[in-house]
Amino acid sequence: MMNFDYVRPLTVAEAVAAASEKGATYLASGTNLLDLMKGGVCHPSRLVDVTRLPGLDRVEYLADGGVRIGALVRNADLAHDAEFARAFPSVAEALLSGASAQLRNAATVGGNVLQRTRCAYFYDAPSACNKRWPGAGCDARHGENRLHAVLGWSEACIATHPSDFCVPLVALDAVVEIEGKSGRREVALEALHRLPGDTPQRETLLERGDLIVALRLPAEARGFAAHARYIKVRERTSYAFAVVSAAASLRIEQGTIREARLALGGVAAKPWRARAAEQVLAGAAPDAAGFREAARIALADAKPSGDNAFKIELAERIVVRALTLATAGTPARIPALPGSPFSSGVRHVA
Amino acid sequence: MNFSISLTVNGVRREIELDDPRVTLLDLLRERLDLTGTKKGCDRGQCGACTVLVDGRRINSCLALAVSQDGADILTIEGVAHGDQLHPVQAAFIAHDAFQCGFCTPGQVMSGIGLITEGQAGDDPERVREGMSGNLCRCGAYAGITEAVLEAQNTLANSDQRRSA
Repeated sequence: MMNFDYVRPLTVAEAVAAASEKGATYLASGTNLLDLMKGGVCHPSRLVDVTRLPGLDRVEYLADGGVRIGALVRNADLAHDAEFARAFPSVAEALLSGASAQLRNAATVGGNVLQRTRCAYFYDAPSACNKRWPGAGCDARHGENRLHAVLGWSEACIATHPSDFCVPLVALDAVVEIEGKSGRREVALEALHRLPGDTPQRETLLERGDLIVALRLPAEARGFAAHARYIKVRERTSYAFAVVSAAASLRIEQGTIREARLALGGVAAKPWRARAAEQVLAGAAPDAAGFREAARIALADAKPSGDNAFKIELAERIVVRALTLATAGTPARIPALPGSPFSSGVRHVA
Repeated sequence: MNFSISLTVNGVRREIELDDPRVTLLDLLRERLDLTGTKKGCDRGQCGACTVLVDGRRINSCLALAVSQDGADILTIEGVAHGDQLHPVQAAFIAHDAFQCGFCTPGQVMSGIGLITEGQAGDDPERVREGMSGNLCRCGAYAGITEAVLEAQNTLANSDQRRSA
């Protein structure tokens, strides 16, 4: 690990100033950043430790029914907040399906959103990677790429965004509050992460010095609490990143879907909102034929970026499964194996 | 540049001078405080051998910068027994053959203590297995580990009841 300067500001303004210098980066718990620094993937010249910034470690329930999650709230604390899990069950399930208990106890929600891809070529410093070294090429493109992107990828980069948490958040219209050199602003989470295009090194629309201070979910997101699931296929049942995942949220009245929210994980460089599929579901009956049609539409633009054509069919099946399980109803308690397709008594309809 | 931090480690307050900000909590414990019970397995947050409790919560000490833990209360495997009296999780690991080579055991025991404190698993073996999935065991003693954690949880619940009765 290269050496660095370490500072621990006590106000957001000091933090933003300290992180606005070239080479500086924010440190929260460091569960991803330290790993990247040990591997020689990241070598910041200054770490700005934000863990002592006041007021960012709270979950606030807003008067309008929304919720504001401070960026330093730990993944485990949010998932185990009973009111949060009741109102936004698919978000809690996604959090608990990710990483291990130790990592969830440490990792912050702000850090979760900004975690880096787990593409093995990005992690392997000697490999060519356009994220690490723009213009170097992409060794993943013709390498071991069965877990890489099937949507929104480019010749420059086929990496995926690894977060589970972001998938239901983007489905539920989460907003990101950002403090930067020119003050406070907010953007939809859906707009935060960028597709790679020719500049895969630009992963988000954040500028130097920008600090995520909170995430917000609107009151309308509560309307799906009765029919919301996050389903994730992994190469082992626990403590693994998604091969593909889906967050499905439905508002069902008198046997008809009034409104649907659907997003996919593990398929692209960003959490992937499937709006066209949502529109087909709205007004339809919650049945197998409709779910299969929605899944087909959600993956209509998908194409393999290598040895990963199976992910397209798999993603369609996971969409159908997530919609089926959401229709059956949010379980009273998050399942023993959160997000697992293998833990439910409901039969697969496809 | 030097960094002065203060940690409470196994109940003892320590004032520590760090001459390098790169030191992880794991390396601080093992190399500078001679607490070598906490193991370095992968050093990348994948195996759980380095699990300790920080302010009562289990974390991977390999992915925590020591300097950022300033003011924290740390519990390591060296601090869980009372003299010769083993912690109930340690005793249950022996009773259930929950290890073979023993390298992962300090991390498993700390993770088991953390899981019981979190209170989310109840008596469901599936939830215990899921809750312990951040600790790998190359010897494959998982069946014994699950039994040990379940039994220790019972032992601790019963002793809590006796205390409050």
